[in-house]
Amino acid sequence: MNLEFSADELAFRDEVRAFIGENYPRDISASALRDDMSPKDLVAWHKVLGAKGWSVPAWPKEYGGTDWTPTQRYIWSEENARINAVMPLPFGVSMVGPVIYTFGNEAQKAQHLPGIRSGEVWWCQGYSEPGAGSDLASLQTTAVRDGDHYIINGQKTWTTLAQYADWGFFLCRTDPSAAKPQEGISFILVDMNTPGIEVRPIKLIDGGYEVNETWLTDVRVPVENLVGQENKGWTYAKFLLAHERSGIAGVARSKRGVEQLREIAKLELLDDQPLISDFAFASKVSQLEIDLAALEITELRTLAGEQAGRGPGPESSILKIKGTEIQQRLTELTLEAVGHYGTPFYGGIPETGSNEYPIGPDYARHSAASYLNMRKTSIYGGSNEIQRNIITKMILGL
Amino acid sequence: MDFNFTDEQTMVRDSLTRLVREKYDSDSRRAVIASESGWRPEIWSQLAELGLFGMPFAEEDGGFGGGAIDSMIVMEEFGKGLVVEPYVPTVVCAGGFLKHAGTAAQKAEHIGGIVDGSRIFAFAYAEARARYDYANLESTAKKVGSGYVLNGHKTVVIGAPWATHLIVTVRTSGSKRDRDGISVFVVDKASDGVVTRDYPTIDGRRASEVFLENVSVPADALVGEEGNGLALIELVTDEAIAALCAEACGAMKVAQAMTVEYSRQRKQFGVPIGSFQALQHRMVDMFTEYEQSVSMTYLATLKLGEGENERKRAVSAAKVRIGQAAHHIGQEAIQIHGGMGMTDELAIGHYFKRLTIFDSEFGNVDHHMKRHIALSGG
Ligand SMILES: Cc1cc2nc3c(=O)[nH]c(=O)nc-3n(C[C@H](O)[C@H](O)[C@H](O)COP(=O)(O)OP(=O)(O)OC[C@H]3O[C@@H](n4cnc5c(N)ncnc54)[C@H](O)[C@@H]3O)c2cc1C
Repeated sequence: MNLEFSADELAFRDEVRAFIGENYPRDISASALRDDMSPKDLVAWHKVLGAKGWSVPAWPKEYGGTDWTPTQRYIWSEENARINAVMPLPFGVSMVGPVIYTFGNEAQKAQHLPGIRSGEVWWCQGYSEPGAGSDLASLQTTAVRDGDHYIINGQKTWTTLAQYADWGFFLCRTDPSAAKPQEGISFILVDMNTPGIEVRPIKLIDGGYEVNETWLTDVRVPVENLVGQENKGWTYAKFLLAHERSGIAGVARSKRGVEQLREIAKLELLDDQPLISDFAFASKVSQLEIDLAALEITELRTLAGEQAGRGPGPESSILKIKGTEIQQRLTELTLEAVGHYGTPFYGGIPETGSNEYPIGPDYARHSAASYLNMRKTSIYGGSNEIQRNIITKMILGL
Repeated sequence: MDFNFTDEQTMVRDSLTRLVREKYDSDSRRAVIASESGWRPEIWSQLAELGLFGMPFAEEDGGFGGGAIDSMIVMEEFGKGLVVEPYVPTVVCAGGFLKHAGTAAQKAEHIGGIVDGSRIFAFAYAEARARYDYANLESTAKKVGSGYVLNGHKTVVIGAPWATHLIVTVRTSGSKRDRDGISVFVVDKASDGVVTRDYPTIDGRRASEVFLENVSVPADALVGEEGNGLALIELVTDEAIAALCAEACGAMKVAQAMTVEYSRQRKQFGVPIGSFQALQHRMVDMFTEYEQSVSMTYLATLKLGEGENERKRAVSAAKVRIGQAAHHIGQEAIQIHGGMGMTDELAIGHYFKRLTIFDSEFGNVDHHMKRHIALSGG
């Protein structure tokens, strides 16, 4: 057992670091919130990586993956987090992509995988409905066969960044009379430009618009857009959720976040001394860092298990719970660090006069909005209560 | 011992409950905070007509002879509706300075206007590098001729965009962080050299950065003794904290009750989510936190008239406990609401935001924990 990188791994790290240094698009703001960014900014790095062949490292080599070891993938996220890179959105790369190459037919692979790799095609995830959140299997959106089309009707919600999406992957009920709700669901790819789709923005508590209601009225979708078998969609969805969960720990990014928090706490003053020299505050930052170290090694253990052919199993629920708690705590401490300057709603400030009479330091601008926004992480991707239920059942056997 | 309100207090509370229910439903509030001015002067007038602003002042000053308990009652009701109008800056802060240290002439000049709603104050105490230390001031006032000239930058001054007047804390002598040398001034916001940059706050109120650029004020703008202002500031801010604690209690009560109600309505897996024990016990904890907070609000409010040490210890204890409870209840309320809790559309997110900002007003949990430790002999 050891934690050292080998000489090859160090060489890989240097290569990656040099590539990022030379190619990361300079005009993307490093610290902005997602919803502050233009859609172009959100995919700019994805496109560069697509051209290099590094946009989907976790995929099998034959579909454009990299064959990197878990350690190399770990190095990859570390190096990107060092500069707060805006990584490819998960909907194509980590969600629908793996479903398509695992369960899709050759035509679907040929049609969709290249656009996902290159970042040309924007995907959204149409799972949740107003009545079907944690209990996803109770979803009501229907797809009814009509010749060589499905006709889809229903309402999806919380569809992240659907306002920019070219394609969506939807869970629809194809057999309303199935014995169990899970059994009558299908996984269907939908061109978001199809008539009958209406995307309505939902404003969130931080003032941003990152999710939408997606209404589907008599949307005609060719039958060849069904992935795998009809009524087997739940199996594919579960497969996908496991993928979603393992990336959700966000360790590398949180490590960078702790560094940034320390930088802020050096600039912020308490009794004319850096805030970070205050024992009470410093111990909260260290507590966070200690929890993060535990999570990091736990994730590495999980990755190693994956390499040995185990998982990602129910243990990934631990990564989701601890990872999101740490992300939330990080933003809470950052908000605390900036003191009074957490109070202004920067998103609502008119731009005029900003140079002459500035409002607070730059690093305070996103503190409250990030704190509010990150509450979502313990709700989505299978809420942290649902993760605990999974561990209860699958690991503790209760 | 008596935890009952007088008949009069009960009457005031009931009429406020009604007013908040009728005028401060969440749709009206959302429209108001998004409007250009961000508040409703007509609500302010209505509150003045109810006699609310005169309650904490002595009868000889034009008030109705009440005190901190009245402010507590008012602010708890305001907290339930997330009322944005500036009662604490105007009545508790400015009113407090005038009440405790104003000359007869100053009281005559300002209190009538406060009581009838025509004079609105903001309290400019915070500075960019001071965090929560009222003595760590870079703003100054210098004696020039018979008056003073003020300079400095005051940050996140709540309610300043609506104010006609400011209460400003400055240094008149001594060096940074000295306890001596601090003075309090009343400044007409329309004075030459007062520059404000206005903005909305996360929790739906309005605030300003206030820049004082050679602002001349007459000698009688000084409230209390020159250079001896810190003890007065500590007294008034303790009163403000007690009032804010009451507001937080009102907000926590609603957030807690809304969450329980939502868990009754929202069904997943064929049953109300409130039937899951994993959520039930957490809602019990929210309720417990709320009850403890009410108790601490009473403690702080009832100790305001005691000696300085006892008062400060009680107020800091309340601010610590309620600061923690406010975070806890706010976060749990959002979590139990699921995705709906994240939306601007549901009221719960607005309660969460108010409860988030509460902690940083007049000193956060850590700040008051330290004050409590220092006052407890260790
Ligand atoms: C910002 C954001 C982005 C999202 N993006 C997408 C997206 O792109 N595509 C998509 O399809 N969905 C998306 N979602 C939806 C997300 O997956 C759901 O919010 C999530 O599944 C929870 O469902 P819900 O919101 O209906 O909450 P509910 O299921 O109603 O849950 C409410 C509360 O009850 C708890 N609860 C529920 N069941 C149990 C139980 N059995 N035991 C204990 N506690 C329980 C929950 O944990 C939660 O605290 C997004 C959500 C958010 C907030």
